[in-house]
Amino acid sequence: MLRLARLNPMENLKILSLNALSKRFGSVVANDAVDLDLHRGEVLALLGENGAGKTTLMNMLFGHYLPDSGSIDVLKDGVMTPLQLGHPQAALAAGIGMVHQHFTLALNLTTFDNVVLGSEPLFSWRRDRAGARAKLQGIMKQSGLEAPLDVPVGQLSVGERQRVEILKALYRDARILVLDEPTAVLTPQEADTLFENVATMTKNGLAVIFISHKLREVLAFSNRIAVLRHGQKVGEIATKDADERVIARMMVGADTPITPRENMAPGAPILTLKDINVRGRSKRDGLSDASFSVHSHEILGVAGVSGNGQSALAGLVSGLIRPDSGTLSVDGNEISRPDPLAMINVGVGRIPEDRHHDGIVGAMTVAENMVIERLNDTDVQTRGLLNRDSIQASAERLTKEYDVRGPGSDAAARLLSGGNIQKLILARVFDQNPRLILANQPTRGLDMGAAAEVGRRLLEARKRGAGVLLISEDLDEILGLADRIMVIHDGHLSEVTTRDREEIGLSMAGEHA
Amino acid sequence: MIRFETRNAPPRALTVGVPILSALVALALASIPLAFAGANIPTAYAEMIKGVFGSKFAFSEMLTRATPLIFTGLAAALAFRAKLWNIGAEGQLYLGALAAVAIGAGAIDVPAFVLVPLIIVFGAAAGAAGMAVPTLLKTRFGADEVVTTLLLNFIILIFVQMMLEGALKDPMSMGWPQSAPILDQGMLPQLMDRMRIHSGLIMALVAAGIAQFMLARSVWGFRLRAVGENAAAARHAGIGVNRSLMSVAIVSGGLAGLAGVSEVAGLKGYLTADLSPGFGYTGIVVAMLAGLSPVGVVISALFIASVFVGADSMSRAMGVSSYLADLVVSMSLLCVLIGGFFARFRIVRTISEVA
Amino acid sequence: MDILQILLTDSFWAASLRIATPLIFGVLGALICEKSGVLNLGIEGIFAAGAMAGWMAVWLGAGLWGGLLVAALVGAFFGLIHAILTVPLGLSQHVSGLGVTLFATSVSYFIYRTALPNVSSPPRIEPFQALDIPILSDLPFIGPVLFQQTAMTWLALVMVVLVWYVLSRTALGVAIKAVGDNPDSVDAQGLSVYGLRIGAVMAGSALMALGGAFLTMSAFDAFFFGMVNGRGWVCIALVIFASWRPGKALLGALLFGAFDAFQVRLQTEVGAFVPGQVFLMAPYILSILALVIAARGADYPRALLTPWFKGQR
Repeated sequence: MLRLARLNPMENLKILSLNALSKRFGSVVANDAVDLDLHRGEVLALLGENGAGKTTLMNMLFGHYLPDSGSIDVLKDGVMTPLQLGHPQAALAAGIGMVHQHFTLALNLTTFDNVVLGSEPLFSWRRDRAGARAKLQGIMKQSGLEAPLDVPVGQLSVGERQRVEILKALYRDARILVLDEPTAVLTPQEADTLFENVATMTKNGLAVIFISHKLREVLAFSNRIAVLRHGQKVGEIATKDADERVIARMMVGADTPITPRENMAPGAPILTLKDINVRGRSKRDGLSDASFSVHSHEILGVAGVSGNGQSALAGLVSGLIRPDSGTLSVDGNEISRPDPLAMINVGVGRIPEDRHHDGIVGAMTVAENMVIERLNDTDVQTRGLLNRDSIQASAERLTKEYDVRGPGSDAAARLLSGGNIQKLILARVFDQNPRLILANQPTRGLDMGAAAEVGRRLLEARKRGAGVLLISEDLDEILGLADRIMVIHDGHLSEVTTRDREEIGLSMAGEHA
Repeated sequence: MIRFETRNAPPRALTVGVPILSALVALALASIPLAFAGANIPTAYAEMIKGVFGSKFAFSEMLTRATPLIFTGLAAALAFRAKLWNIGAEGQLYLGALAAVAIGAGAIDVPAFVLVPLIIVFGAAAGAAGMAVPTLLKTRFGADEVVTTLLLNFIILIFVQMMLEGALKDPMSMGWPQSAPILDQGMLPQLMDRMRIHSGLIMALVAAGIAQFMLARSVWGFRLRAVGENAAAARHAGIGVNRSLMSVAIVSGGLAGLAGVSEVAGLKGYLTADLSPGFGYTGIVVAMLAGLSPVGVVISALFIASVFVGADSMSRAMGVSSYLADLVVSMSLLCVLIGGFFARFRIVRTISEVA
Repeated sequence: MDILQILLTDSFWAASLRIATPLIFGVLGALICEKSGVLNLGIEGIFAAGAMAGWMAVWLGAGLWGGLLVAALVGAFFGLIHAILTVPLGLSQHVSGLGVTLFATSVSYFIYRTALPNVSSPPRIEPFQALDIPILSDLPFIGPVLFQQTAMTWLALVMVVLVWYVLSRTALGVAIKAVGDNPDSVDAQGLSVYGLRIGAVMAGSALMALGGAFLTMSAFDAFFFGMVNGRGWVCIALVIFASWRPGKALLGALLFGAFDAFQVRLQTEVGAFVPGQVFLMAPYILSILALVIAARGADYPRALLTPWFKGQR
C-alpha cells in the first residue's frame, strides 16, 4: 500500500480556516463551534461516525448550508479573506471544490458537458468547446484522472463517475478539494488508484479534506487527522503520531465494542437458488447462473461494489423481481411465482437497502408500519376491518422490546431518526421469527451503537436457527459477521475461502472471476 | 434570507384552518374581477349571500348543486389518496348518466324498487369501467393516467353526443339531441315539495360517510393509503399495488358515475350533452379544498356550490359575468395549494451575511 | 381509390401543416418545461388565455405581431404562477397545473364576457393571411403546401429549429437538460436550479400561448368558448411520443395534423355510413394509442415531477 511522503516546503502556508462554525437543524445540533485549518498541499482527514457532523460542516464550507454562526476565511492574493456564506458560487470562485458522496452528475449529459456546466456564459449562441476541451485534457494529463469525454455519464462506471466529479472541481481551478467518503463505492484497488491521484494532485499544491469513517484509510493516506463527535471537534492529531486505537477512542468516546460471535455448525439449507438468471437494468446489474444455499445457523455474506447485481439478488429474495430462468426454493419447496407476499408467507424476513424508500411508509404511523407486512393476520383484521386495539398493543410491545425511540407509535414513521427507522424494521422482521433474513446494507448510515445492535440481532437470529443472507459494501462488516463469504461482480457470484482483504478486494474488482 | 423548514406535525388548527382561510381569500380576491367589471363590491357580495341563504328555495338550490360535487369530489379524493390521478370524473359522470338513461328510459319496465337500484348499479358500473380502462393502460403499459383520463373526457362526450343523435335519441324531442326521459318509477325520490332537491344528496352523504370509515378503518383503506404514500414500500411489504390501484379506480369511477346517475335520475330526468357544467373538473377542486378527506369533501362541496349558486344569482341581478364563479373556484384551488405549503413548512428567517 | 387520392392532394397536406401548427407550439412548450423537470398541465388553459389575449390585443388595435407579443407575455405570466407553485414551493405539479388551467381559462372567459357582454356573434379581426411568396407559392404541390401558409406556421417551424439549437448546441440548453436530470448537478456547479426551472417554464408557457393565439389569429378570426378543445392535452401526450426531441415533436404534430385532415376528408367520403362523431373521436383515440405505444420505452427526464429544495439533500 502506498503511503504519502511527508510534505513539504510550503507546509505551513495556511489557505483555509473555519472559525467556530455552528449549525442546528431544529433541535439537533449538527455542528457546535467547529474550528479547522487547512494548509497547502496537505491531506486532512476529517473523521467521525455517521451523524457526527462531517458532511454538514463541509456543506457549510461549500455554501450549501448557511451556518447559524461562525465564519470562513480563504487565502486570496496572499491575505486571508472572509468567504461569503451560503453561496456555492462564492465557494466555487474561492477555489473550493467538493466531491459529494452522492455524485452530483447529470446522467444524460456527457463527461465534457458535466465538467463545463456552469463555467460558460449561459446566454450565448456559441460555446467554446475547443478551448474548454484543451483545458480539460491538460488537467487530465496533469492529475492522471482519465475518463471518456463524449460518453453520457450514465454509461460510466462508479469509479469513472468519481473521476468526473474530481475533474469538475479541478476544472474550476480548485485549490481545496473536499472528498466526502470517497471510497464507499470503490473496490480497494480503485481506492488505491484514487489515493495515488490524490498524491499527485497534492504535490501540485492542492489541499485535500478527506471525510471518512474508515480508520485504516485515514491512517494510510492523510497527513493530519481531525475527529468530530456529536458535532464538536474532539481532537486533532498528526497522522504519524496516531494509531487506530487512539483515534477510535476519540471518535466513539470509548473503546469500540466488539460483538462476540460464537462458532456454530450450519444446519439444513433454507434458501436455495439454482441456476438463476436475472436481466438487470444494465448489463452488469443482473444475475447470471447464481446457485447457492443459505443454511440454518449460518450467515452468508455477499461482498461487492454496489451496482454489480446486488439489487437483482436482493430483489429476487425479497420477491420484487422474478427470475428469467432458474429456481428459488425455501426449505426445499420451490417458490413458483415469487412475489413479496409469497416470500413473507414462507418466512423470509427482509431488511431493505433503502429503508426510507422501501422500508417504511413515512406518512403512516409507527404502529401501521409495524403491521404492514401482515395485513391478513387475524390479530390485525377481522372481516376486512382493522383491529385497532390489537395493532396498537402490539406496536407498544415492539417499540419497547426493540427500543424504538420517537414521538410514539401514533406518530408518523418519517419523524423517526434513521437508526430508529431501522429498529422499527428490525422489530417488524424479527418478531415474526423468520426462517431466513435478507439483510441488504443493514448498517448503512447508522451510528456505531445502532450498527452494533443490528449485528447483535442478526447473530441472535442465527443462534435461533435462522439463515441470514447479508449483502454489504462494507467488507469489515462482512468479515465480522459472516460464516461464509461470496463476492459478487458483474452479476456473477463466487465463493471465496480466504479472509484476506486484499484477495477479496481483487475478486470484487473481477480479477479472479 | 428566507428558508423553509418542515414542520414535524402540522397542528390540527392549521390543517382545518388553511382550507377555510384559502376559501375566504379566494372569495375576497373575487373583488378584483368585480371591480374590473365595474360592479359595486359590497352589493355584489350581499347579492351572492342572498342567492344562497336568502330563501328556503335558494338554499335548496345550493344543496342540489352540491350533490354531484360531493360525488365527483369523493371520486377525486379517493383516487388522489392512492396517487391515482383520475382527472376523468367528467367523462365518468357522463358514462353513469348514459347508463342510467339506457336502462331507465323505457328499455325495461319494472317497478321502482327494482328499477332504481338497477339504474344506480349500472350507472356506477359504467363510471367504474370508464376509470378501469385508463388504470389498466397505466399498470399494463405505463401510460400516464392524467393524459389518458383527460383525453377520455373528450372521447366520452363525443360518444354521448353520438348516442343522443342515434340510438338513445328521444323520438319526441323534435330534433333536439336529447335522450328519452327516465320512467317515472326510475326517478330518485324528491326530498321536498316544489323544490328540485332530491335523494341523490342522501346517497352522496352516505357515500362520504362510508368512504371516511373505510379509509380509516378497513384493510382496503390501509392498502390504499400505503400505495398512495409510498408505492415502493407498499409493494415491498407485500401489498398488491396494481390491484389496489384497480380497486380504487373502480370505486372512484363508480362514484363519478353516480354523480351522473343522480343528475339524470334525480334532477333532469333526461340526458343532454350539456348535463355537466364541468362537475368532474370542479370535483378536483372540491377534493383538494377538503384535504382529500371524505367528510371534508361534503363541506367543501357545499362551499363551492354556494359560490356557483351565489354568483349565478348575483350575476343575474347585477349583470356581471357568471364566469366569476369559475374564477373563484380556480383561485380557491391555487390558494389552498399555497396554504397547504405553509401548513407543512414554517418560514425561517436567517441572517444572510456573517460579518 | 378515393381514399388514396386524398393523400395526393395538395390541399390535404396544406391542411395537415395548418392543423399541426398550434400543436407544434404546444409540444415545444411542453417539451421545454418537461426537459427542465416540470410537467405543465396548465397548457390547456394557457392555450385559451393565449387565444383570448392575442385576439383581444388585435381587436383593441395592437396589430397582429403586437397581439402575438401580448399572447406570449400572458402565457409567460401563467407559466410564472405554475413555476412559483411547483419550483420554489415544490407543490404537486399535477394539481398546480390543473389549477392554472382552470384559472387561466376562467380569467380569459370572464374578461371576454365582461368586455363583450351582449354579443350574439363574436367580433372578428383581420387574421394572418397566407404568405404569397413569388415563384415559390406557384410551384406545383410544394407551393400550396409550404408556401401558402401564414406567417405563424413559419414561426412555428422556426421555433422547432430554435428550440433544437438551444437545447443541443448552447450552454443554456445543457443547463436545462441537466436541471431536468439531476438538479444537484446544476446547484453544485453554482447555477440556480430555481432560476433555470422558472425560466424554462415561463418560456415554454409563452410558446403554448402562441399555439393558442394561432387559433384566433390565423386559423379563425374570432374567439369562442371551448375552442381549445383538448389540444393542450394532446400536446402532453405528443411530448412523450416525441421522446422529448424537437425534431420528433414536429413529426408527431405533423402526423397528428395529417390524421386529423385525413379524417375530415374521409368523413365526406364515407360520412353517409358512419356517424360523424366517430371521426371527431379519432384524434383523441390516436393520442391515447400513441401514448400507450410510447410509454413503455419512454425516457422521462429523470427529475420530472420531483421537487428540489435548496439545502436539502
